[in-house]
Amino acid sequence: MHTLTIDGKEIRVKENTTILEAAKQAGIEIPHYCYHPGLSIAGNCRICLVEIEGVPKLQISCYTLVSDGIKVHTQSERVRKARQAVLEFLLINHPLDCPVCDQAGECYLQIYYMKYGQYNSAFLEDKVKKHKAIPIGPTIMLDSERCILCGRCVRFCDEISKTSELGIFNRGDRSEIFLSPGQELNNRYSGNVADICPVGALTDRDFRFKCRVWYLKETPSICPGCSMGCNISIHYNLDRAYKASGKRVMRLKPRFNEEVNKWWLCDEGRYGYKFIDENRIERPYIQKQGAREPISWDDIMMEAAKILKSYSPESIGVIASPQCTNEDNFVLKRLFSEYLGISKIDYRVPSKLAQSGDDFLIRADKNPNSTGCKELGLLPSIAGLNVENMLKEVEEKKIRVLYLINHDLVKHMGKEAVNRALDSLDFLIVQGSNVNETTEFADLLLPAATYAEKNGTFINESKRVQKINRAFEPLGESLPDWKIFLKLAEEMGIALEYRNEEEIFADIAKEFELFEGLSYSFVGDEGVNLI
Amino acid sequence: MRSSMSWSDLMEQEEFKVLTKDINIEGYAGIDVYFYSGGYRALRKALREMTPDGIIEEVKKSNLRGLGGAGFPTGVKWTFLPKETDKAKYLAVNVDEGEPGTFKDRYLLLNSPHLFLEGIIITCFALDIHTAYIYVRGEYVKPTQFLEKAIEEAYKEGILGKNIYGKGFDLDMILYKGAGAYICGEETAMLESLEGKKGWPRLKPPFPALKGLFDCPTLVNNVETLCFIPTIINMGGEQFANMGKGTSGGTRLFSLSGHVKRPGLYELPLGIPLRTIIYEYGGGIKNDYQLKAIIPGGSSSPVLSADEVDVNMDFDSIARIGSMLGSGAVIVMDEYTCMVEALLILIRFYAHESCGQCSPCREGCGWLEKILTRIVKGEGREQDADNLLRIADNIMGNTICPLGDAAALPVKSFVTKFRHEFEYYIREKRCKIENRHPLILL
Repeated sequence: MHTLTIDGKEIRVKENTTILEAAKQAGIEIPHYCYHPGLSIAGNCRICLVEIEGVPKLQISCYTLVSDGIKVHTQSERVRKARQAVLEFLLINHPLDCPVCDQAGECYLQIYYMKYGQYNSAFLEDKVKKHKAIPIGPTIMLDSERCILCGRCVRFCDEISKTSELGIFNRGDRSEIFLSPGQELNNRYSGNVADICPVGALTDRDFRFKCRVWYLKETPSICPGCSMGCNISIHYNLDRAYKASGKRVMRLKPRFNEEVNKWWLCDEGRYGYKFIDENRIERPYIQKQGAREPISWDDIMMEAAKILKSYSPESIGVIASPQCTNEDNFVLKRLFSEYLGISKIDYRVPSKLAQSGDDFLIRADKNPNSTGCKELGLLPSIAGLNVENMLKEVEEKKIRVLYLINHDLVKHMGKEAVNRALDSLDFLIVQGSNVNETTEFADLLLPAATYAEKNGTFINESKRVQKINRAFEPLGESLPDWKIFLKLAEEMGIALEYRNEEEIFADIAKEFELFEGLSYSFVGDEGVNLI
Repeated sequence: MRSSMSWSDLMEQEEFKVLTKDINIEGYAGIDVYFYSGGYRALRKALREMTPDGIIEEVKKSNLRGLGGAGFPTGVKWTFLPKETDKAKYLAVNVDEGEPGTFKDRYLLLNSPHLFLEGIIITCFALDIHTAYIYVRGEYVKPTQFLEKAIEEAYKEGILGKNIYGKGFDLDMILYKGAGAYICGEETAMLESLEGKKGWPRLKPPFPALKGLFDCPTLVNNVETLCFIPTIINMGGEQFANMGKGTSGGTRLFSLSGHVKRPGLYELPLGIPLRTIIYEYGGGIKNDYQLKAIIPGGSSSPVLSADEVDVNMDFDSIARIGSMLGSGAVIVMDEYTCMVEALLILIRFYAHESCGQCSPCREGCGWLEKILTRIVKGEGREQDADNLLRIADNIMGNTICPLGDAAALPVKSFVTKFRHEFEYYIREKRCKIENRHPLILL
C-alpha cells in the first residue's frame, strides 16, 4: 500500500496504481481521452497531465504510478492551463458540427470544454480536411475530422477483438484512423468501438440519427442473447415514438461488470434488441376453423383451462423456456408440476442451427437462463423424456396437448419434423412474445412480454444470478409469463398468488438451497455468484 | 598544455584531430588500408589486455558525451544496462541522422566505416552484447552500401561473427534501413521501427537500458559517439577528457553550414569558442556581411544572436546561455536573413515530421506553420507573435518525446530575440530587411 496526497486529500492505494485510478478511488475525476481501463496505456492525448510536487514537468496521470508520500495536484493553475491547452489543440482542427453530430450530448470534447474550454478561439486558419462519413464496416461510420486520434479503437481491435482492422495512418496533423488495406471493420465485437470513441468519430450506424441521446432513458438489464449474461443498459425513448415509428428501444449498451463482460458486448447481443418492438404478438388469438381470431384474455384463459382440465397429466407436455426468468419458470413449475401433476416438462430444445461461441463473450447456448431452468428442475421426472422424445410421444398420440413457451420449434428442429408431430396434436398452446413459424400452428396464442418489459433474474453459465429490470410496460395486451401462469391458475381455481417478481424470488430463495439468503436487493445491479 | 596556447595556434595543429586524423588516407574506408593505418588496434587491445569493466571505466573517465544530440555521459549510460539478466542484450546504433544542419555521421560512414565497426565491437565486448542492430536513415543509400561492404569485410576477417580474435567473444551485426522519418531518430521510435512497427516514440519509463528492443535491455548510441571508443581505448580516458573542457571530453565533429566562407565538417575540441569556429575555421561570414544569428546545435537548439558568439562550444557553457550543443550542427545566418521566413522553414519541417501521436505536437506544429505561412503571405494579425509564443509554451514539456520541444524552442527563441522583425512583418506585410535572401520553400 502507498499513501499519497491528491489535492490535499490523503489516500491509501495499492502498489502499481496509476495516479488517475488513485484519484478516481478518492472521488477525484481527472479528464482523459486515450486512457481506457480495459485497454493498454497510450498516453497520447495529454489531457490527464497533473502536477507532482518536486517533479519539474507535468506528468500524465494515466501512466504515472503512485509512490509513497507524493503530493499530486489536479486542479492547480498550471494543470488547468495545460488541460485548456490540450483541449485547444484537440479542437483547432475539429469541425464545429455539434448540431449535426450524433455524439452530441455524450461527447467528451463537449463535456470537458464546459469545464476547461477557452471559449475565445485563437485559431484563424483553415482546418485540416479529412475523410467524412465513411462506412468502415456494417456497424460503424467513421468521421476522421472529428477524430482526436486517441487510438482507443485501434487498441480495442488489437487487444480485445484481436482482429487488428484499424490503424493510424500518415503523420502530424494529417494523421487519420483508417482500415488496414483490404480490411473492413467486421468482427463479432465491432460495435464496441463506437462506445469507447470519446468523440463523434466512430458512430453506430444502427443508432445514428435515430434519437438525440438526451431523450434517452436507460434501464439496467442482462443481454438475453446467450448464456454469458453480459450486463447491458437498455436505452429507450417513449415520448417521441412518432420519430421511430413506434419503436421504443433505441440501442443497447454494455454495462460494466468486472466479473462478466467488463466494458464489452458482442454485436450479436448489441443489435439483437429489435424483436422487442418488431413482429410482436400483441393480443391473445384463437384458431377457429383454420382462421385466427383475436380473443380477450378472459376468454382465452377459459379455453386454456378447459383444455388442460379435460386431459390427464400424462397426456400433457410442457416445453418451458430458457429465455424466461427464474420467476416465470418457478411459477410455471408450481402450476404445471405441483398443482396439475404434469411430469413431462423440459426446456431443452435441440437445435439444428450451427451456433458458435468463442473464448471471450459469445456462447453457443443462445439462451440467458439455461442454468436457471436446470437449477429450478424444469426437467422431465421420467428418465429419458426430453423434448425430442416428447415430440415422439406426440406422434404416438400419448401426448395430446402441448404447452409451448417462447420457442420456435420450426427454426430449431426443421419444418418437416415439427409438422409431422404437431399435426397429431389435439391442442397446441403457444405462449410467446413474437410471431414465428411455430406460432402458426398454435390453437391458442398467448402474448408474453419480452425481457425488457418485466423484472426477474437469469443465471448465467458460470452460475451468476443477475437481475433484469422492466424498462417499460409490456406491448399491447402482452403480459409477463409468470402473470399468464397466475391468470391460468386463477381460471383453474388454483390458489397461486404473487403480487410481483420480488415475492416470487423470495419463495425461490426459501425453496432452493442454492438461492438461500438471496433477495433482489442483495443481487443488486451487479449480480451474485451462486456457490 | 592548452592553456599556454591560443585557439588560433591550435587551429594550425593537427594533434587534437583524433577521429579524423587518418581519414584522408586513400582507401581508408576499406579494411586493408584501415588495418595498415593502425585500425583495429584498439579492438585487439580491448580483447587481449582489458576487462569489460576496465573498458567501461576508461569511457567514464573520458567524459565522452552522447553526440547524437542529448549529450548524456556515455560511460554513465553504459552502466544503466543490467549486468545480470536472463534476457538478450542489444546495441542499437542510431544512424538516423536527420537533425537539419547535421552531416557528420554520413561523413563517418562514407570515410571510416571500420572505425565505426571497431567502436561497436569494443562497446559490445564491454557490455556483454552479442547482437548489434544498426538503424540507418533510409535516404542514406551510399553510406548504407559502404557499411554493408565494411560489415562483409569484417565478417571475412573474423572481426565479426564467432570467436572474434580467438577470445571467445561472438558478435553479429544486423543492418536495418529506415523508411525516412525524422521521428525515427528519437531512440524509442527507432526501436519501434526496428521491431517493424510504426515509428512512434514510447512512453518512458521504462528506458531502453532496461526494456528496449524486443523488450530486452538495449543500449542506444550514436555513430560518432561509438567512433570515439577506439580513440579512448588507444589514448586512455583521461587524456581524451583533457582534450575537451569540463565535463565535455575530447573533440567532436562540427557541421558548419550557412553563410560562412568555408562551410564543412570540422573536428574540434569541445569548449572551443563559437567565434573561432565561424571566423577562423569557417573563414568568416560570406561576402564579409555582418553576422546576425547562429543555430549552434542543429535546428532544435534555440537560436543565438550575434552578440552571443563568444560562447564556448561545450555542453555546459552553451546550456548556461539557454541553448544546446545538440548534434554540433552550426548554422550561420548573416544580416540579410529574414528571421520570420527562416523560422517558417524550420517549423515547416517539424510540422511535416511530427509523428502525430500526441496532441500538443501533432496539432501545435501544424498550427505554428499555418500562422507563419499566413504572416509571410502578408496576412499577419497583431496577436500572431504572442500566439506563436503561447502555442510554443503549450507544446513545451507536455509531449511524449522531445520533438515537441524541438519545435517549440526555435519558435520561442526566434520570436523573443528577433521580435521586432516579426512585428514589422505582421504590421507592414513584408520583411524589414531590404535585399534579404529570397525565401525558397521546397
